[in-house]
Amino acid sequence: MSTTFTLINVSLLAILTATAVTITRLRALYEATMLAALFSLVTACLFVLLDAVDVAFTEAAVGVGISTVLLLGVLALTRSWESVTPRRRRLPGAIAVLLVGGTLGYASLDLPEFGSADSPVQRHPVTEVYLHQSQEDIGIPNTVTSVLASYRGLDTLGELVVVFTAGLAVLSLLGPLARPEQTRPTADFHLADYRVIRVVSGALMPFILLFALYVLFHGDYGPGGGFQAGVIFASGFVLYGLVFGLDRAQRVVPRAALWFLVSLGLVLYVGLGITTMLLGGSFLDYDVLARHPETGQHLGIQVVETAIGITVASVMTTIFFGFAGRGVVSR
Amino acid sequence: MIASHYVYWTFFALMLIGLYVVISHGNLLKKLIGLSLFQVGVFLFYIGLGKRDGGSAPIISDDVETYSHPLPQVLILTAIVVGVATLAVGLALAVRIFEAYGTVEEDEVLERDSADRVAEHDRERAAEHDGGGT
Repeated sequence: MSTTFTLINVSLLAILTATAVTITRLRALYEATMLAALFSLVTACLFVLLDAVDVAFTEAAVGVGISTVLLLGVLALTRSWESVTPRRRRLPGAIAVLLVGGTLGYASLDLPEFGSADSPVQRHPVTEVYLHQSQEDIGIPNTVTSVLASYRGLDTLGELVVVFTAGLAVLSLLGPLARPEQTRPTADFHLADYRVIRVVSGALMPFILLFALYVLFHGDYGPGGGFQAGVIFASGFVLYGLVFGLDRAQRVVPRAALWFLVSLGLVLYVGLGITTMLLGGSFLDYDVLARHPETGQHLGIQVVETAIGITVASVMTTIFFGFAGRGVVSR
Repeated sequence: MIASHYVYWTFFALMLIGLYVVISHGNLLKKLIGLSLFQVGVFLFYIGLGKRDGGSAPIISDDVETYSHPLPQVLILTAIVVGVATLAVGLALAVRIFEAYGTVEEDEVLERDSADRVAEHDRERAAEHDGGGT
């Protein structure tokens, strides 16, 4: 390992650990939430250092953006102060930590050296397939995208179903989304009353959506793809909802449209799989989509990424509307 | 040993901090934050296993020789999005619990539950007693 790497690595790890310890000690949950956002941001930096640029992108968008907004929204609905943890609760936690920590520490002695070139991960035959053969099979430079959308496309379909199911679970817990006429203005003032916030967020909106599209369609060549694009799309709508109020955001993205979009992504994904089967290939085998297998792969990956983007964006927006609507529905 | 394994150990430490919060703290929202810490520890460990010395991001280009492994990255990328979706489900449950009990502290919820159970038991006893009396 080069000295620069070690230096950056050690400082990031130190910040991360210090933040985690502070989070556990804080009883003010607003502060803990903001520190959790910082934690995610530092994690994203660490992912970049570990060469996982796509993951860093996702962590930055999800950890700092969406989950912070959700946590803050829930704190506004419930209570933002944690009561003191009684002494008797500490023992079971400490015992579990000692047991798990001891086991992990013992097992770590068998782990290969960090960054070693002949670890089982690097020596596995699949490494060669993903890093070199993929250039002939699929022909796109970002191997993360080709593994995600082509080699392990069925896996990704499963993950998308989990996201979809989680969206349904949130809706069934919080009740259906409120209709615009059921919601009343949250308070006497809106964030939109501040001219700076109103103008800046209005001006930012088109760029956020444009950036999401760029991330979606550029995922073949650089970091990006459907998951990241979906989260960025959703964060655009979340920003709009936060600044201009839920009622106006719901007029921009009506409930019916969200319902349609949530399922559209999955239908598109499964439909593509069935199409490839009808064309004589196996499920999600894109080679048969076009005369030239490589063109077929490109087409298939693009459709899959779009499907992922649509479902992730609409599920995240639905979840946000669900939580935000809980606070403002007049009952 | 320390030079080659300290990264893994720090990731384990992050997991353990998260685990401690999940088990020890009674506040449901704090538990969920702890769960995220635990989750991030696992993510980092996974990605760390795919890291290669002197490697770069697995985006193929002519002037790069060594790449880190793309597979752990794919698995973790989807896991992060699934993670926020499941966090949302947990938060929704916390909101419902707050609406039902007026608190998100585990101890207070359990206390109210046992108080309810005692009250119900007493009522049943009283009903039985009445039934026997007539």
